[in-house]
Amino acid sequence: MSSGKGGELIPSSSELDLDRPNIEDYLPSGSSIHEPLGKLRLCDLLDISPTLTEAAGAIVDDSFTRCFKSNPPEPWNWNVYLFPLWCCGVVIRYLILFPVRVIVLTVGWIIFLSCFIPVHLLLKGHDKLQKNMERALVELICSFFVASWTGVINYHGPRPSMRPKQVFVANHTSMIDFIILEQMSSFAVIMQKHPGWVGLLQSTILESVGCIWFNRTEAKDRETVTKKLREHSQGVDNNPLLIFPEGTCVNNQYSVMFKKGAFELGCTICPIAIKYNKIFVDAFWNSRKQSFTMHLLQLMTSWAVVCDVWYLEPQNLRPDETPIEFAERVRDIISVRAGLKKVPWDGYLKYSRPSPKHREQKQQSFAESVLRRLEEN
Amino acid sequence: MGNTSSMLTQYDIEEVQQHCNNAFSQQEIVSLYERFCQLDRNGGGFVSGEEFLSVPEFAVNPLSQRLLRMLDGLNFKEFVAFLSAFSPRATVQQKIEFIFKVYDSDGNGKVTFNDMLDVLHDLTGQFISEQQREQVLTKVLEEAGYNKESLLVMSDFVKILGSSGLKMEVEVPVD
Repeated sequence: MSSGKGGELIPSSSELDLDRPNIEDYLPSGSSIHEPLGKLRLCDLLDISPTLTEAAGAIVDDSFTRCFKSNPPEPWNWNVYLFPLWCCGVVIRYLILFPVRVIVLTVGWIIFLSCFIPVHLLLKGHDKLQKNMERALVELICSFFVASWTGVINYHGPRPSMRPKQVFVANHTSMIDFIILEQMSSFAVIMQKHPGWVGLLQSTILESVGCIWFNRTEAKDRETVTKKLREHSQGVDNNPLLIFPEGTCVNNQYSVMFKKGAFELGCTICPIAIKYNKIFVDAFWNSRKQSFTMHLLQLMTSWAVVCDVWYLEPQNLRPDETPIEFAERVRDIISVRAGLKKVPWDGYLKYSRPSPKHREQKQQSFAESVLRRLEEN
Repeated sequence: MGNTSSMLTQYDIEEVQQHCNNAFSQQEIVSLYERFCQLDRNGGGFVSGEEFLSVPEFAVNPLSQRLLRMLDGLNFKEFVAFLSAFSPRATVQQKIEFIFKVYDSDGNGKVTFNDMLDVLHDLTGQFISEQQREQVLTKVLEEAGYNKESLLVMSDFVKILGSSGLKMEVEVPVD
């Protein structure tokens, strides 16, 4: 879940180091700067062309930026016959569909609030009943949201039974991912704390289903959150955790690296793959380009939000696997199912610079080859 | 992002093409313009150092700071001219000229021992000591017929690098 501000870069904190497995396996093969061949000569030292080529390649095109590029569908309204049809479409969408949807949503909110507030205030003593009713009501309001975009959601796969020590992970395209999943069954999501009306909803209603907040910009926050995650997953009566391990919204064509936090809780991981059909609307929330409110309005003035949700087979940590390898394995499963291309970057690089570790590795391998070749005579 | 290619007229494209000595085809220039606009997030007409460094693949490159000095504040025409050394149509001479410019940070047409030492420092970081670097550089310079005080010019670079089969090409993705 990404926050609204874009473009500010803060220095990378050391915690980012922990999340990156062998990135060198993914980087282009020019990673090794020189091939060690025979005696070192002046031309070997002066020839910086491989490094320059890598830099120029990154300037011209890079896999990280591609993950966050909104790719709107090709405009089809460009000729004399189709254009009037498209105009009719605009009229229908903005003047008919949109008001109807706003009404539906308003009705939904009225019903929800008139049930939720009494339940929340009056049923204070009866915990179990209160929890169940609040869960049902949150599912209800999510269904209303989905209806307000004319959501057509195909759920595939056997929905895993709700058991303790189970954590759900999914790829992340927009905050609506959560709403789509929540309407089927109650989850406790871990989300970035947002400002504005979203933040208000977070602290009141979503609190009741057990959601956990974090603040991406606070370095210490990570330990607190890991602790909360662990406590929640061990608890018996809590809603199952839903985590988006990418940590940020990606454009539904790529997947960035999964953070290992969810994978070291000692729980079974149930992967969920979500794929939106772009023909109707591009559901990618480009938080650098628009606020969540604008994003919702865009969805409400489109024809429909069509997506596929696959519940995939639950996975467990294998005995010889590290949590990072486990995270990558699950990312692979989700990416294959949703047709996403994997890139070796940490989603948080949207907000900060890469750690110096990678540059140092390149420097180290070059330095070693120079010294080695110097000794060959 | 908007309609980027409609903001570039055929006339603009030809002007850019001339400026880079036909290193890129017209389609490639259109793609480069889209990329330039994508990088130039604040729409200032040039890509700042910060905006380049937001590309992680570029930020981890050991020569990124050196290249930023050459890239900072370039408008689109100059941006394409900068990249022209990496076109498959560029000559070996043009590639060597580019490399020379990277070394010659003060732009006076002469590369000193210290210039070469600086680049070597960028490439090796803390993994070779300053002393070792000087030793290595002095040794290979002397073997090639130069010494610590030599000032290398463009023709020296051509002599040294001309025969080593420079591979310095980048492909511009064209839709």
